[in-house]
Amino acid sequence: MKDQMPQAVLAPPWKLQVEGVAKRFVTRTRALAALAPVSFQVREGEILCLVGPSGCGKSTTLNIIAGLERPDSGVVRTDGHLVGEPGPDRMVLFQEPALFPWLTVLGNVLFGLKLKPCLSRVERLAAARFYLKLVGLEGFERASVHELSGGMKQRVALARALAPEPELLLMDEPFTALDALTREQLYGDLQAIFAHHRKTVVFVTHNVREAVCLGDRVLLFSPRPGSIREEFLVSLPRPREINNVQLTELAARITRALKLHMGPDAKEVPA
Amino acid sequence: MKSWMTTSLCVSAVLAVWQGLIAIGLLSHTLVPSPLEVGQYLVGAVRDGTLWDAFSVTLRRLAVGYLAGAMIGVPLGFLNARFTLCHDSLGLLALGLQALPSICWSPLALLWFGQTEWAMFFIVVMGTVWSVALATEGAVRNLPPIYLRAARTMGSKKLHLWIHVIAPAALPFILGGMKQGWAFAWRSLMAAEIYITILSGFGLGHLLHYGRELHAMDQVFGVMLIIVTVGLAADKILFGPAERSLHRQWGTDR
Ligand SMILES: Nc1ncnc2c1ncn2[C@@H]1O[C@H](COP(=O)(O)OP(=O)(O)O)[C@@H](O)[C@H]1O
Ligand SMILES: [Mg+2]
Repeated sequence: MKDQMPQAVLAPPWKLQVEGVAKRFVTRTRALAALAPVSFQVREGEILCLVGPSGCGKSTTLNIIAGLERPDSGVVRTDGHLVGEPGPDRMVLFQEPALFPWLTVLGNVLFGLKLKPCLSRVERLAAARFYLKLVGLEGFERASVHELSGGMKQRVALARALAPEPELLLMDEPFTALDALTREQLYGDLQAIFAHHRKTVVFVTHNVREAVCLGDRVLLFSPRPGSIREEFLVSLPRPREINNVQLTELAARITRALKLHMGPDAKEVPA
Repeated sequence: MKSWMTTSLCVSAVLAVWQGLIAIGLLSHTLVPSPLEVGQYLVGAVRDGTLWDAFSVTLRRLAVGYLAGAMIGVPLGFLNARFTLCHDSLGLLALGLQALPSICWSPLALLWFGQTEWAMFFIVVMGTVWSVALATEGAVRNLPPIYLRAARTMGSKKLHLWIHVIAPAALPFILGGMKQGWAFAWRSLMAAEIYITILSGFGLGHLLHYGRELHAMDQVFGVMLIIVTVGLAADKILFGPAERSLHRQWGTDR
């Protein structure tokens, strides 16, 4: 009988499984359902983009995967194992660079590496330098954080997140605070990095073009409480140019779908 | 214009006006000595060693009491920020005692320790510890949560988080608290020295006190000048460079 087949044969090798995860925030004045039960899976090496209007629970989803927040119901698994406390197997890139101003650029990248007990001092230093070079910041090792531009800070944050070689990279609108030019440059660089160092990524954004430019797959969230409404596969060849015609067409299609899900009275239209 | 030039010009102007007012008799000479007399007193006091003795006695008391107070206050602040139990008990105590003018400790200090160095020590510590503890707790509680979130995702927790993230992130604000603690320590020591006579050492406060008893106005003014200078020097030598280097690293200097 077919349904009696062992699980291992049937199930694809999911790197990340989010199963029925829901979250309510209870404050002094009100209870707010941020996330309706949400389920999705991510394959090894896949870049999944979560797109939705602001306040729909995208960050909440990411925080739950990271272990920074506990779901009210549902579970998150990486490689089939339940996720608990935050840990260096799931690194997060926040909207703010969140670098430590009391450390140098190199010190920041070393921070996560020092928490990996298996590495020697020399190996840590080599890894930090390697990833700083990868994000294009060779020679800035000794700089203070405040000496860097916004884009450079986000690059350091990327190096810091990549250096401990996490199983999963979680990115929460990491480019939103940057100017358009810097952002476009980073789209290119990020794709180049992922082309050689494939990562499993969950990328949250409210920018549909960004999602189409970077993602293998795009999930559309409904307004709060967030739930998944639609899924789009992006099979455009890489590297993708943000102003590419096909990319623009697909982005327009997704934007139309997004507006539809937001309903006629929706005021906030994502870019 | 260089700032030291502005400063010296300003000081000379004040001295000149002061001397002038006395010369034309607008200031009563029994109440206000002339700058020259104050200068003569200071030179004399330096020559016969009284000033240096008093200065070193006072500074030793201040340094020892302040260091002890800060060494108790900073960990106490961390405890209060970390444990609700500490916050609700010791934190409340700190809040209450910080509001107590430190001279109010001297009757208790006299009864407990008599006219000894320990009384001085006790008063300075009490003047320092609570404000340092409160400032430290405030610094830790008001940290931007993003630092903690970033650190936690990298696997930092418990003691590692406290040593490598919370403490350095709070350091600029703790330094502000230490500076305030220093001001409190200095005030409490001067109050104590004026109020309590101790045979084991005459400090600057005692010199000031005896200046009043002997109606030696040059001494009163001279010692006050020294006290002001010590306060300024602490700011310029002790806290100024530390603050500047922190601001440079954090990029918060103007
Ligand atoms: N800690 C919290 N306490 C209360 N409400 C929260 C908290 N975090 C998020 N929310 C609310 O939950 C909703 C979803 O937030 P979030 O996941 O940050 O949305 P998004 O990232 O999609 O913009 C928002 O309405 C927000 O106000
Ligand atoms: Mg968000």
